[in-house]
Amino acid sequence: MLTILFDGIAYGMLLFILAVGLAVTMGLMNFINLAHGAFAMVGGYITVLLMQKFGVPFLLCLPLAFVGSALLGALLERTLYRPLYHKPHLDQVLFSIGLTFMAVASADYFIGSGQQIIQLPEWLKGRTEFGDGAWMLGMGHYRLFIIAVCAALTVALQYVLTKTRFGSRLRASVDDQRVAAGMGINVNLVFLTTFAVGSGLAGLGGALGAEVLGLDPSFPLKFMIYFLIVVAVGGTSSITGPLLAALLLGIADVAGKYYIPKLGGFIVYSLMIAILIWRPQGLFVRKGGK
Amino acid sequence: MNKRQFIHAIALAVSLLAASNSIAQGNTFKIGLILPMTGQQASTGRQIEAAAKLYMAQNGDTVAGKKVGLIVKDDTSIPDVTKRLAQDLVVNDKVNVLAGFGITPSALATAPIATQSKTPLVVMAAATSSITQASPYVVRTSFTLAQAAVAMGDWAPKNGIKKVVTLVSDYGPGIDAEKYFKERFLFNGGQVPESLRVPLRNPDFAPFLQKVRDLKPDALFVFVPSGAGAAVMKQFLERGMDKAGIKLIGTGDVTDDDQLNGMGDGALGVVTSHHYSTAHPSAVNKKFVEAFGKANPGLRPNFMAVGGYDGMRVIYEALKATKGQGGGDALLAAMKGQIFESPRGPMFIDAQTRDVVHNIYLRKVEKKDGQLYNVEFDVIKDVKDPGKAK
Repeated sequence: MLTILFDGIAYGMLLFILAVGLAVTMGLMNFINLAHGAFAMVGGYITVLLMQKFGVPFLLCLPLAFVGSALLGALLERTLYRPLYHKPHLDQVLFSIGLTFMAVASADYFIGSGQQIIQLPEWLKGRTEFGDGAWMLGMGHYRLFIIAVCAALTVALQYVLTKTRFGSRLRASVDDQRVAAGMGINVNLVFLTTFAVGSGLAGLGGALGAEVLGLDPSFPLKFMIYFLIVVAVGGTSSITGPLLAALLLGIADVAGKYYIPKLGGFIVYSLMIAILIWRPQGLFVRKGGK
Repeated sequence: MNKRQFIHAIALAVSLLAASNSIAQGNTFKIGLILPMTGQQASTGRQIEAAAKLYMAQNGDTVAGKKVGLIVKDDTSIPDVTKRLAQDLVVNDKVNVLAGFGITPSALATAPIATQSKTPLVVMAAATSSITQASPYVVRTSFTLAQAAVAMGDWAPKNGIKKVVTLVSDYGPGIDAEKYFKERFLFNGGQVPESLRVPLRNPDFAPFLQKVRDLKPDALFVFVPSGAGAAVMKQFLERGMDKAGIKLIGTGDVTDDDQLNGMGDGALGVVTSHHYSTAHPSAVNKKFVEAFGKANPGLRPNFMAVGGYDGMRVIYEALKATKGQGGGDALLAAMKGQIFESPRGPMFIDAQTRDVVHNIYLRKVEKKDGQLYNVEFDVIKDVKDPGKAK
């Protein structure tokens, strides 16, 4: 039972890393970016290619995946996304879903459509167990690693958003761009950085997830639903909302599949519907936000 | 660009013979090959296309005075698309044979078109038992999961495996694999405490594998489409299930030759039952593997490739037998009952069911020359599809 809880937490944390960038762009910048999964896929492929072709160690690949997808995010923000900030949401949806399909097709064309398999270093492969019987806790080392990375990220993000000057600038730019610009904040730069970091986080999530979720060109479409559920349930105005939502969904998904395998796939969706009926704006809503 | 040039450009992109459009209708024999070339099942499409082209390269593209043209279409594994492409191929391109079909729903969606247009439909990959019953024009050269699963249901209880949990993907072939394995295994005195079905697009196998672990069976029987097999295998090991005394068994999709090397040494010792292994020790297969590797560097043929290769052979032979004159019915009659030596070993097309009859091998993953292979150690001869033995 504890093992199930543990697996659920690890899975939820992974969903969180994948989705938090979307919470940032969608919630803070008010841009519906359905191409988020494509950035995650880029991170995954950077890792896979670096490991397979150049023998770069796994741990080094993670920051590279982050930087790679962040740079790509910055480039696209400057060239494609920025003109769309003030367009209706429908335009943004169409644009970003188109971008997703292009990403899927290009990954297919350039890298091949096969499932990519990565080999983790030995020390991440094992498993530690405590106790036995119903209360046995078995922890896969890789899942422990995911939890650790995610916890560190959450603390860092929360700190940046609430305690730093950049965080206050970002919040100001989001709430009222004109006033923020009038106060001497370079709104464009703030948004560019934020978007790049959001994409980078997606890339990191993709790199971490390649082992657990698998990686092939359909990745952005396959997991788009999960990102959106996390963001919809968690609300988009904080970091803690999506975190708790991701944990809740991860645990519910894993436990549901374990205890009632016949219904397994439906648990997440039923939970989402229940929560959204109860709180249509998501679990955690910031008062006064747009 | 005028219209004709445009059509040519498209044809060049998708087909081996761009020129087939301009050759006089009467003298070409067209094979419409519908495969998933992109998307989840794309490795299936690539393998079959490569094998079909290899067969044509080896046997020439003129048979019985007719030029053979291959038109490859990508259905991205979506049955709707498969059906539309098949309609297009039959009506506009006037193909003589439809072939390919990566997944069961695609084959089933297309079967009525074969019946209506009296076009033979050669299934090269999809493996649900019922496909050949969907139309009298379906001929299969791949395999059925029932064939592979029943063999495992016979072998396991004789080798000390008495309690098995099954884990399959929740769609046609998975349900077939579960049903036929379970039936035979229970008949042989085994126990199946739990049968798990996993959604086809399942992101994480952890909860299912944990459940298996807690049930402590002697073995876990797995069927997932090739591609997902690697994920199951890795998580199986990561969870330490092999150390807990649980064996991994299944049909050969789990240890797909195409992906086996990527799975790493953890796959060593996994026992599966299937009709083809790259390591099948016969002269015909050695030649096939070598030629396939030469034409497609870095790729080795898997069971999908052999299905495509044999499918082309069945079509070629039927064309020869009808001297290039017959329509759909004559071709179909000439396909039924063909007996030949395939890279997989001896096989024939059962004239009554139009389904393949071949040997099923039991194989264990071993390392040879630094690479992983499914090495055959036992054989069950001439297995008919048990799904039709009623």
